[in-house]
Formats: sequence, C-alpha cells, structure tokens
Amino acid sequence: MSAPEPVIHVRGLTRTFQLKSGPVHAVRGIDLTVVRGEILGFLGPNGAGKTTTLRMLTTLLPPSGGRAEIAGRDLLRDPVEVRRRIGYVAQSGGLDPACGVREELVTQGRLHRLTKAEARERAEELARDLGLLDLMDRPTAALSGGQRRRLEIALGLVNRPEVLFLDEPTTGLDPGSRAELWDLVRRVRAEHGATVVLTTHYLDEADALSDRIVVVDSGRIVAEGTPADLKTRFAGGPAASLQDAFLAITGRSTADEPIAI
Amino acid sequence: MTLLTDTGTIFGRYLRATLRSKTSLVFGMLQPLLFLALFGPLLTGLDLGVSGSSWQTLVPGVLVQLTLLGGSFVGLGLLVDRSLGVIDRMRVTPVHPMALLLGRTLRDVVQLVAQSVLLVLLGLLLGLRAPLPGVLIGLVFVAVLAGALSALSYGLAMNVRSTPEFAAVANTVGMPLMLLSGLLLPMNLAPGWLNGVSLAIPLRYAVDAMREVFQGHYLNGTVAAGAAATAVLAAACLFGGTRLFQRGHA
Ligand SMILES: Nc1ncnc2c1ncn2[C@@H]1O[C@H](COP(=O)(O)OP(=O)(O)OP(=O)(O)O)[C@@H](O)[C@H]1O
Ligand SMILES: [Mg+2]
Repeated sequence: MSAPEPVIHVRGLTRTFQLKSGPVHAVRGIDLTVVRGEILGFLGPNGAGKTTTLRMLTTLLPPSGGRAEIAGRDLLRDPVEVRRRIGYVAQSGGLDPACGVREELVTQGRLHRLTKAEARERAEELARDLGLLDLMDRPTAALSGGQRRRLEIALGLVNRPEVLFLDEPTTGLDPGSRAELWDLVRRVRAEHGATVVLTTHYLDEADALSDRIVVVDSGRIVAEGTPADLKTRFAGGPAASLQDAFLAITGRSTADEPIAI
Repeated sequence: MTLLTDTGTIFGRYLRATLRSKTSLVFGMLQPLLFLALFGPLLTGLDLGVSGSSWQTLVPGVLVQLTLLGGSFVGLGLLVDRSLGVIDRMRVTPVHPMALLLGRTLRDVVQLVAQSVLLVLLGLLLGLRAPLPGVLIGLVFVAVLAGALSALSYGLAMNVRSTPEFAAVANTVGMPLMLLSGLLLPMNLAPGWLNGVSLAIPLRYAVDAMREVFQGHYLNGTVAAGAAATAVLAAACLFGGTRLFQRGHA
C-alpha cells in the first residue's frame, strides 16, 4: 500500500477580526494534515475558532495569514477549483424555508454546473440514498430537524466532493436522528470515498465517529491523536472517557474551575 | 458564458420564489397603488403648471415611486438569506459570484415591470390616456431604474449587520430622494431653492422624461436628459452595487 495521500494540508493558518473594540485573534496558527478517507473530529470549546477555521478552508473567509491546499488545489490561488471539490454544511444549515426539497437539490446541482437533466437525476439519486424521496415536494420549512440535516448534507454531496466539511451536524437532534447521522457520515466515507471534517460538542460522537481528533482552544491546536491515544495521554488510559481527556486538555475540568453562581 | 448560465439559474430560483409567495406581488405596490387611487383624483381639477392631463403627470411619478420603494428594499430578502446561511451555501460552489447579484436583480426588474403594468392599467381605468409607445418607453425607464436600485440595495445588504440598520440607511436615502425628485407633484411647482436642490437628483430627470413620453413627446431635451441621467445613475449603481456586494463577503 502506498503512503496515505494528504487531501488537506494547512500551514500557519490565522485569522484576526478587526472590531472597533480591538482585534479578535480567532485563529492563531493552525497546522493540519488530513489524509484521504479520514474522518477528522475537530473539537474545542465555544469560541475556540472551529467555525472560523472551516469558513477559511471552504473559501468563505479570507485568512489573515498562512496557506492551505485542499484536494490538491491552493486555497488562495485557486478558490473556485477548491469549491468544485468540497462540500460544506454550515452551523446554520443554509436552507430556504419556502423552497421545496427538490428545487433546493436541483438548484445546487445547477450551481455546480450540472445540466438540467443531470441535476434532476442527481437530485433523485441523493434523495433515494438519503431517504428524502417522499419529501421531495415539501417546502424545507416542513421538515423535521433530522430530515433538514439530511437534506443539508445531501446539498453538500451534490458535486461528489472529495472533502465534506460538517459544522456541528448533530446539534439539536434526538438520539435516534444522531445515530442515523453517524451512519450517514460513515456511508459518505465508505460509498463516496469522501474525507470528512466535522466539528461537534458531543464527545461520545467524536469518539464513535472520528479516526483522529484535533482539539483547538483559543485558536490553536492543543492536542491531536486518535480517541484512544488522547484518552491514554490525558485521562489515564484507553478506558477513560473522551470527556475527561477533553476537559484535561482544555483546562476546563470541574475540579479547578470555580462554579459561577 | 458561465456568468449568463449562472445568472439564469439564480434568476429562475428567485422568480419561482416570487411566484410562490402570495404577498410578494403586492409588496412595495400598496403605497403607489393608494397614491394612484386616493390621491390621483384630487389632482384632476388642479392646474399643475404642465401640459397634458394630471394622470399623465401622476402615473409616471407613481411608477418611479414603486421602483424606488420596491427596488431599494429588495436587500431585505438578501439579509434573510444571509442569516439563514443560504448565501454562504451557494458561495461554496463554482457559481460566478456576480450571478448571485445579477440573477436576483433581474428577478426584481421583471417583478417591478409587471407591477408597473398593473399600475398603468389601473391608471387607464381612472382616466389616464397615453400613447402606447410612450408607455412602453416609460417601462424601459422603470426597468433600468429598477435594476440600478436593486443592485445597490443588495450591495448595501451585504454590508450591514441587521435589518434595522438596513432599513435606517434605505429610509434615510429613499425618503428625501422620493420627495426631491417630484414624484407626486412636478417640481416646477416648487419654490426656487427646492427646485434647485432637486436638479441634483438624477431621478428627477427620469420622472420628467417619463412625463414627456406619456404625452407622446419623444424627441426633446427633457427626454434626452432623462435618458442620460438614468443611464449614468444605472452605471454608477451597478458598479457600486457589485463592488459592495463583493466586498461584503468577508
Ligand atoms: N465575524 C466575526 N467578527 C468578529 N469576531 C468573530 C467573528 N466570527 C467569529 N468571531 C470570534 O472568533 C472567535 C472564534 O469563533 P468561532 O465561531 O470560530 O468559534 P467556534 O469554535 O466555532 O465556537 P462554537 O463552538 O461556539 O461554534 C470567537 O471569539 C468569536 O467571537
Ligand atoms: Mg462554531
């Protein structure tokens, strides 16, 4: 077997927001390599810089510094080629409530430059694959939380991306829908061969899904490894919970943090 | 080429959204409609100091009022899409960034021209008599102004943080423009200083020109000045709108 091929390669990525109140250093220097087919859990407390990093890697936000190569294309020089090869499901989802499910899927295909016929065919295919067929003519406002998430992910898959970025894909879902979504993410990797980068605040989820975890805090990577690896290094053994490891890494363990009243 | 196709895709999507929504056709149309129906009859016996009937003066003004109100507030829809993440989702595709602006602008042009046709028809019922070529030329003015204002409105919407902020800017600019361009009553009724100020407002020339063509006068200085002012305004708004739209992406 050949050496695993890196599909994301990030060096020194930074982003500073200039506010009237002063600069906000949201991302302070991230180095990251993700290999093809990997599922990477991107963890960190609120405000750690996860969404800002994903927005940079998906070409939505210009970095203040650093560089990145995604799916073999330079992020800064070749953003359009990067966009062709990635899918992104934002924290806020991005569905138009008045728009129908089919129309969202077909339009997304058209924006990826499929012909009308190809876009319609791809919409059917994804709907079949993701269990949306019966919902095709509903406005997206009439979907349940789990159905919405499936549609949002379907939109991210329209172009058969090499890399799929998911920002908190299971927030607000019930346990059943979350489990369904985990299966879906695994299938995306198995059947579409996609690399998946996902953020989450659910540590059981990160544990169950990720091949590797990266923990960021205050805009920097503070730990990196397989779930078992992190548990051993930071929480005393592979039998410990990822939760304990996470709290030890981010220094927010209940022991040394006074509880605000 | 891709810009054209992409613009077509975005145009189709938002046109279908307009057709789906029962309120959107009336949106922005109510105020001009009320002015036409409830204010128009007041003018029929007055001397407006212009040639032609009072309807030939009022209807073009009301059309520009519709365009100004309808066009300048289209950004609100973009603000909603931005907050839902729809715009970001579309931007992570190879779609031409300008198509996201132009497709929507084109939809607004179609919508405002359609609403204008309705207003003209209502005007006919109320007593407007105007030559067909004149009305058609008037609609061309409406289309160009609609495109200009809507592009500018989207540019603004990409650069504000909230709906109140957007409404504040749009109202602060829109209201004086509406009053100063003599939409409801011609500016030649105004005292000298007010008339003087209004000469700095491009929309005034557009309205004056539309009043001329509604009377069947096509080739004179007023029409030429109106056409020139409208073209310059449109070029400036499109340029400013696209610049603002792209800058607002960060
Ligand atoms: N547009 C912006 N302008 C100014 N500051 C911003 C902006 N976007 C994010 N920030 C700041 O950057 C930091 C990182 O935010 P980010 O949204 O990336 O965090 P996150 O890790 O995704 O958090 P969460 O888990 O709550 O989603 C925060 O301090 C946030 O306030
Ligand atoms: Mg976030």
